[in-house]
Amino acid sequence: MKSVTKAYRPISWPMKGAGGDTGSWRTHRPVVNVQLCNQCQLCWVYCPEAVIDRYETNIDYRYCKGCGVCATECPTGAISMQKEE
Amino acid sequence: MTTSIKNLPDTEQVLSGNGACGGCPATMALRIVGKALGPNAIMLLTPSCSVASMGMTPKLGYNWPGLNICFATAGSSASGVIHALEVMKEKGRLPGELPTVFSWVGDGGTYDIGFQSLSAAAERNDNIIHFCYNNEAYSNTGVQRSGATPRGSFTTTTPTGKSQPKKNMALLMLEHNIPYVATATVAYPGDLYDKVVKAKNTPGMKYIEILAPCYLGWQFDMADTVQMSRMAVRSGAWLLWEAENGNISFNNPTAPIINGKKDAAPVEEYLMKQGRFNRLLKGSDAQQRIAEIQGDIDREIAFMRERAKISI
Amino acid sequence: MKAAAQVIMDTGAHAAALAVKSARVDVVPGYPITPQTAIMEALAAMVENGELHARFIPVEGEHSAMAAAVAASAAGARVFTATSANGLLYMHEVLHMASGGRLPVVMCNVNRGIFAPWTLWADHQDSFAQRDTGWIQYHCSSNQEVFNTILQAFRVAEQINIPIMVNFDGFAISHCLMPLTLPPQEDIDRFLPPFEPEWRLDPAHPSSFSNVTMAAEYATFRQMLADDILAAIPLVKQAAREYQEITGMWDGDTIDTYRLEDAEVVALAVNSMAAELRLSVDILRQQGIKAGLLRPRLVVPFPSEDIIQVLPRNAQVMVLDRNYNYGHPGGILAQELKGALFGRRNDITVKNRVMGIGGIDLPRRLMADEIRAMMEE
Repeated sequence: MKSVTKAYRPISWPMKGAGGDTGSWRTHRPVVNVQLCNQCQLCWVYCPEAVIDRYETNIDYRYCKGCGVCATECPTGAISMQKEE
Repeated sequence: MTTSIKNLPDTEQVLSGNGACGGCPATMALRIVGKALGPNAIMLLTPSCSVASMGMTPKLGYNWPGLNICFATAGSSASGVIHALEVMKEKGRLPGELPTVFSWVGDGGTYDIGFQSLSAAAERNDNIIHFCYNNEAYSNTGVQRSGATPRGSFTTTTPTGKSQPKKNMALLMLEHNIPYVATATVAYPGDLYDKVVKAKNTPGMKYIEILAPCYLGWQFDMADTVQMSRMAVRSGAWLLWEAENGNISFNNPTAPIINGKKDAAPVEEYLMKQGRFNRLLKGSDAQQRIAEIQGDIDREIAFMRERAKISI
Repeated sequence: MKAAAQVIMDTGAHAAALAVKSARVDVVPGYPITPQTAIMEALAAMVENGELHARFIPVEGEHSAMAAAVAASAAGARVFTATSANGLLYMHEVLHMASGGRLPVVMCNVNRGIFAPWTLWADHQDSFAQRDTGWIQYHCSSNQEVFNTILQAFRVAEQINIPIMVNFDGFAISHCLMPLTLPPQEDIDRFLPPFEPEWRLDPAHPSSFSNVTMAAEYATFRQMLADDILAAIPLVKQAAREYQEITGMWDGDTIDTYRLEDAEVVALAVNSMAAELRLSVDILRQQGIKAGLLRPRLVVPFPSEDIIQVLPRNAQVMVLDRNYNYGHPGGILAQELKGALFGRRNDITVKNRVMGIGGIDLPRRLMADEIRAMMEE
């Protein structure tokens, strides 16, 4: 029988990638044409994954799942969805 | 004035790389909730998509302390936490500012199995926020009917379309005489943000319901999540309102629909976009069934317009 | 000058409430059910009049009572609730959350037979039906033992992070007046230090509780719980001993015995009927039968080793169960005892009766007669 010094609890700690490198789920990747971007931040606010930088419009492809919401919502057509190789 | 998107805080409480589906409206909404609540909060979760996607032990995709609880207990569990914190504070055992205690619960955990304990927490006016992210079905278990599923909608347990209308849960919560009730949806993040800030700063029981169009359950393209949310509001299928101390006010773009300044978009357009109404729209009685759904919407608009005239 | 103990007349239910007050609990979610209600009424009044600095949460049902209890415990509070019969059954799902989550809630279950059909009176089907929920279970035979055991339960639960159920019979204990010794509060504070959880819901150190867990880790958590419930036995003994050192009171530790040393016939039962059985033992002794009593205070974990140690050689053990072990003849205590003895004490004979179901009265002579009848089988 084990001695009891400390209870072992099912505890989890915050981290990015808790669901893995979710970028691997992507079939299409959002690509930003910065020339067309008007800095409205709609892509940033609607991104369910928090992978779009609100000021630089950089996308963290390690976790971006490629849902395409950003491309649909972009009012200037600056984001296009391109098929992953 | 609604807070503009550019003025929303940078705070991110939903961490990238969680297990939610692409285009998930629940994480979309939870990000905005996080911006309003900040990190000094405690989250309670009943079984739902947000639990399935939060990461498996020992990984956590949200930056809050969180308690996974039994399905039926959102109200009572949140009450347990807030009473514990408040009495520990009184006894000098809890340093710092009292955290916000909130439940993050789907429509099943709110409308159905969780209704009893939620109603009791509201009646006690315990100092918590209950969020219902409403995707109008048990999506996590593969899309079964709930009390929030609208008439006509296909689910795996309503294979020919649900024959009953959904219930007006937010109104039921309002009738508990709680200090704050609001509805919101993901297409209007500034509106959601402002409502969460109000709830955070109001003592007592708060209820916020967020319509969360689920591409998997509703059967549309996942890139259209926000579009679908917008169409729900423009058609009047989802009404944006809030009630402070029982006084209802309507938010844009619902307000002009309620006060008759603008017609709601016909519901047919909204239904056509969703595979869950497909079977219904293909049948010979399609027009009659669409008329029934339109009737449900018209009735809710009329009812809420009149209910809002009662101020206390 | 050190305060003296106070002796009062009190019911078992009110004795429980006084123990909870002495334990300085923080949160008490409560829902009424006969015969437990008197505990909740007393605690609600104590909170209302300021005698007890705690929150009473008037929940809408027992499922919510246990949910609020475990959530408050996870937030770092010392928590108590109480229930009976169908209320306990209604909690069933959340009982597993308390034990699986290692949350040291203490609860009184005032034993009552379960529906259907309705009964109000004591038997032990309710608590025994929750045997496999991962809770430690004490069973008490007097008002004083209820008071003492609640304090011991808080200590053990918080040491080992396992919830504890303190059981005692409805009406026979809950509603009957008996003398009750109240130790000075300073002694109780010395015995039961403040609750300082090693983990709690804390925004300064965010972590979440009980996410979905893969099989290997899930199995590890469950194995730890199974191991730790057994490891509670030495802590139960230590708590009883230290409580005795501080207050001078002793109810037994994992077990309680009476005239057992030279016994040839041993009565084994729990709760109030075991108190009456002492008198049955005296009657049997007067009749020339070498009788004794073995009363498990713990039912979970079952004190197998202690029972194996104390049973006299070649004894016949007459197990009087106030519950049914459906699918087997007889009751659950007999099954537990046989499991403990098998292959270890082949000299022992175990006989079994189910008695007192639905609160049927169990006077000393009736039980003495029954034991004599069992001897002849």
